[in-house]
Amino acid sequence: MRALVAGKASGELVVLDDGLSFWGGYEPSTGRIVDRSHPQFGQSLVGKIVYMPSGRGSSSSSSVLAEALRIGMAPAGLVLGEPDSILVIGSLVAELLYGVGCPIYVGDRAELGAGVVRLGEP
Amino acid sequence: MRLSDRDKATLGGELGEGARIALELVVASGEAMGAEDLLDISGAHIDGCLYHGIAGLDFARRLAESGGEVVVPTTLNVSSLDLLHPDLYRGDEETAQRAGQLMDAYQQMGCRPTWTCAPYQLTDRPGYGDQVAWGESNAIVFANSVLGARTNRYGDFLDICCALTGRAPAVDLHTDAGRRATMALDVSVPDPWLDEDLLYVGLGLILGREAGSKVATLTGLDERADEDRLKALGAAAASSGAVAMFHVVGVTPESETLGSYSGDRRILVDSETIADALRELSGDSRQGLGAVRVGTPHASGAELLALAGLVEGRTSAVPFYVNASRDVLTEVPSAVATIEAFGATVVADTCTYITPIIGDVDGVVMTNSGKWAYYAPGNLGVEVSIGSMTDCVESAVRGEVVVSGLLS
Repeated sequence: MRALVAGKASGELVVLDDGLSFWGGYEPSTGRIVDRSHPQFGQSLVGKIVYMPSGRGSSSSSSVLAEALRIGMAPAGLVLGEPDSILVIGSLVAELLYGVGCPIYVGDRAELGAGVVRLGEP
Repeated sequence: MRLSDRDKATLGGELGEGARIALELVVASGEAMGAEDLLDISGAHIDGCLYHGIAGLDFARRLAESGGEVVVPTTLNVSSLDLLHPDLYRGDEETAQRAGQLMDAYQQMGCRPTWTCAPYQLTDRPGYGDQVAWGESNAIVFANSVLGARTNRYGDFLDICCALTGRAPAVDLHTDAGRRATMALDVSVPDPWLDEDLLYVGLGLILGREAGSKVATLTGLDERADEDRLKALGAAAASSGAVAMFHVVGVTPESETLGSYSGDRRILVDSETIADALRELSGDSRQGLGAVRVGTPHASGAELLALAGLVEGRTSAVPFYVNASRDVLTEVPSAVATIEAFGATVVADTCTYITPIIGDVDGVVMTNSGKWAYYAPGNLGVEVSIGSMTDCVESAVRGEVVVSGLLS
């Protein structure tokens, strides 16, 4: 896996079948997916390692990810099927302001296994 | 990453702390995207001025207090407040205050208070081949596809970092290679459908779903795909997918060059697919009509004139909201007066799905926008019904959902 934002994290793996727009699709105050058309609607992502095939939708997703990280209601780490600079900048800014960015990697679903998974381990 | 001497000076803090932070983030993002160079941009459009929480405010203040100032002409996206009609706001006072502080911070950095999600409707929009850094998904797809300007999908934060440094990672849609079509949507519908605004909304929804973030070329359309219809198509595609560019053969500026695609990744889109995509957006309850809202992305002057023609001398039976930018509103004052006489509320600077303006609605909300229909159920908890501008007006007058054309 290639690091977009390097770092270590572990958590239960949650596999999203579709990309998620954090803006409009994720509510930091509850940590849940609120996009009703998303296959994992209602799923909590707090503290999870989240795989999604791609980013999606709004360019405000970086703000929403940074805010979720600030209040401790974000995924522990993200693995994307393809690079997404919008989520990357959200994590970098949360790190800059509060020291709480989350690692983001690009990789295949198959590399991740299941259950509790670790990111950033050698 | 190869850096210019000026980049190195910026990173060394010689151009101020704001510029240093900004360029560090541009470089880090560029490396994540696989860029080897930065390029100069001639303009920026900032999406980060819309309040989503304290993190966004803290970041803007950090840059502004560190002396950050934009070095290229920079416009601002919708904010959370309608400064022209502040009494429309129904949210809590603390959020309004922070949203106002966020707007101030971006103006302090030298951004123009345009407050629109449709900066391509402003007179000084970028032209063919211009390298820019734009945020706001619908604006990005319009700039690339319709104007032939070049921008990647800049998220909140990276947009202002590019504006403060005049630099952006030279990768993806900034390059010829990144703008080439890698798939096609072959549109095959009866000719009169090409005159229907909703066709373009439905096509956008399908494009987003099928293309994800890929660049697709669309065949089977013609010059009836005008700017407002391409706006609706792109906005829907950037909601249901991460589409940042598309080509329309015979219509968009790069369709004969980078948009030419003869490969076999082709998807046939017919009347049935389009009608299904549109129907999926509408809820299936039998609730009555609660409200109508149009103008997402912000209505153009042409759309306001058309709306005025439809509503002249009539009265809306339900709350009716129209979004447009302050600049466009001043271009067509008599149309605005006609629309207000109809009983509609005109909202500037913001959008009705991101800020509490529509009060408690009893019934479904009808809209002509694929983007609004896509996000409003999650953001506002309302059920939507999609229809053309004409359907929206007829429904508002009768006080019940009326659909015609493609959906009848």
